[in-house]
Amino acid sequence: MAYSEEVRKALSDEVTGIKTAGLFKEERAICAPQDSEIEVQYPIGSAEKKVINMCANNYLGLSSHPEVVAAAHKGLDHRGYGMSSVRFICGTQDIHKELEAKLTEFLGTEDTILFPSCFDANAGVFEAVLTDQDVMIADRLIHASIVDGIRLAKAQKDTFKHSDMKHLEEKLILHQDKRIRLIITDGAFSMDGDLAKLDVIVQLAEKYNAMVFIDEAHTSGYIGKTGRGTAEHFGVMGKVDIISTTLGKALGGASGGCISGRKEIVELCRQRGRPYLFSNAVAPSIVEASMTVLDIISRTTERRDKLEANTAFWRKSLTEAGLIIKAGETAIVPVMLFNAKLSQDFSKDLFAEGIYAVGFFFPVVPKGQARIRTQLSAAHDMHHLEKALDAFVKVGKKYEILGKTKQEIIDRYGM
Amino acid sequence: MAVTKDTILEYVRNEYLEDGDDREVTYDTPLISGGIVDSFSMVSLKVFLETKYNVSIPDAKATPEAFDSVDNIIALLKELGIE
Repeated sequence: MAYSEEVRKALSDEVTGIKTAGLFKEERAICAPQDSEIEVQYPIGSAEKKVINMCANNYLGLSSHPEVVAAAHKGLDHRGYGMSSVRFICGTQDIHKELEAKLTEFLGTEDTILFPSCFDANAGVFEAVLTDQDVMIADRLIHASIVDGIRLAKAQKDTFKHSDMKHLEEKLILHQDKRIRLIITDGAFSMDGDLAKLDVIVQLAEKYNAMVFIDEAHTSGYIGKTGRGTAEHFGVMGKVDIISTTLGKALGGASGGCISGRKEIVELCRQRGRPYLFSNAVAPSIVEASMTVLDIISRTTERRDKLEANTAFWRKSLTEAGLIIKAGETAIVPVMLFNAKLSQDFSKDLFAEGIYAVGFFFPVVPKGQARIRTQLSAAHDMHHLEKALDAFVKVGKKYEILGKTKQEIIDRYGM
Repeated sequence: MAVTKDTILEYVRNEYLEDGDDREVTYDTPLISGGIVDSFSMVSLKVFLETKYNVSIPDAKATPEAFDSVDNIIALLKELGIE
């Protein structure tokens, strides 16, 4: 028998170990469409509670927008439910090519290829494009999907201290003997909410003959004056060689991702990218809805403008209330608590106050860096944010952390 | 060039500790298993040692265990005839 009692016990002990260490993650059940206010069962099976959602990647509030939902229906009606195929066999519809063209135009690149998710895009791109003569030089805080993609590639690997441009320059000099030097970074770092210094990265890339890869998953749709991402924000559109991004956050929130950039790179992904070759095509309803999302955000910037205002209010208010937040320019605002159990207790108490925000702790973030990661949305109105702020202040008072330093919180609660 | 623990320790601190990181790193601090050096970042440590001490470290010997502390690194270099 493959699954013996001995194996069962060993794995069960592993799970128990996670609980004992205070690192166990629990799901909640949302019984409503994704929005600024949702009904949640927590624990699952208990009565539904209406809460304000402060932890979705629904940055533009489009996850349940009636126009987007209608477009998804149109996709179902005109192009069916699913393709039952990978893209290159019989999984490509005309609307897939149309969406790739629209993303190319939106991101200001030469070509785009869809993947089932941005995780898949990141997993596939480096292996498809680079050889063992090349080197990948990655920021040390890149997303887990990029870490996995780097592991799969044959190119050599090196890293630079987070957002440290001097250290990046040292690595570019060190690796001048390689065929291709590829600098790899997130646009917005998903746990901290800061932006990569993309203008400096591009300058260094030009100086030291390197290419640039950026993951715009947490920036596409709202960073930059027209929401085209970090590249637009720093005035370097057209100078980034490879962009990955997702349709699962601001750009609709369902699923799907892409690689967009130099046409030869995209073609190599089409010929060799394993998640593209061996995983199902994006569903027609998602393709149609994604095109509608791009239309909505291309005709007006009102959503990203509102998000920007909400973010400024939230960052200022939390700081004035005496909470420690990570500095940054994005709608990702981590409230630092440092201790894993504290972050879990804080989250539970926020929920009791009608605010849904989740504690992040090891291994999602380093030990001793636990936090509540709040995320703003254009679907938030001021009364949502004021209620959320009141809750954070009330719970912060309960745990006596308002106005305290990092060391004072760690001294009281441990790391 | 003679190998000194302090030279390697200084390199490790400068290369792997970010500004504001106040973790104590000494000769026996676990570097890889302690999360200070990740597997991607090991390559720069290998390149530093090879350049500094004019030695070639075979890939089979450049393991996470061999690099897991300054003391372990000294032992590896000694095994390769570098003291």
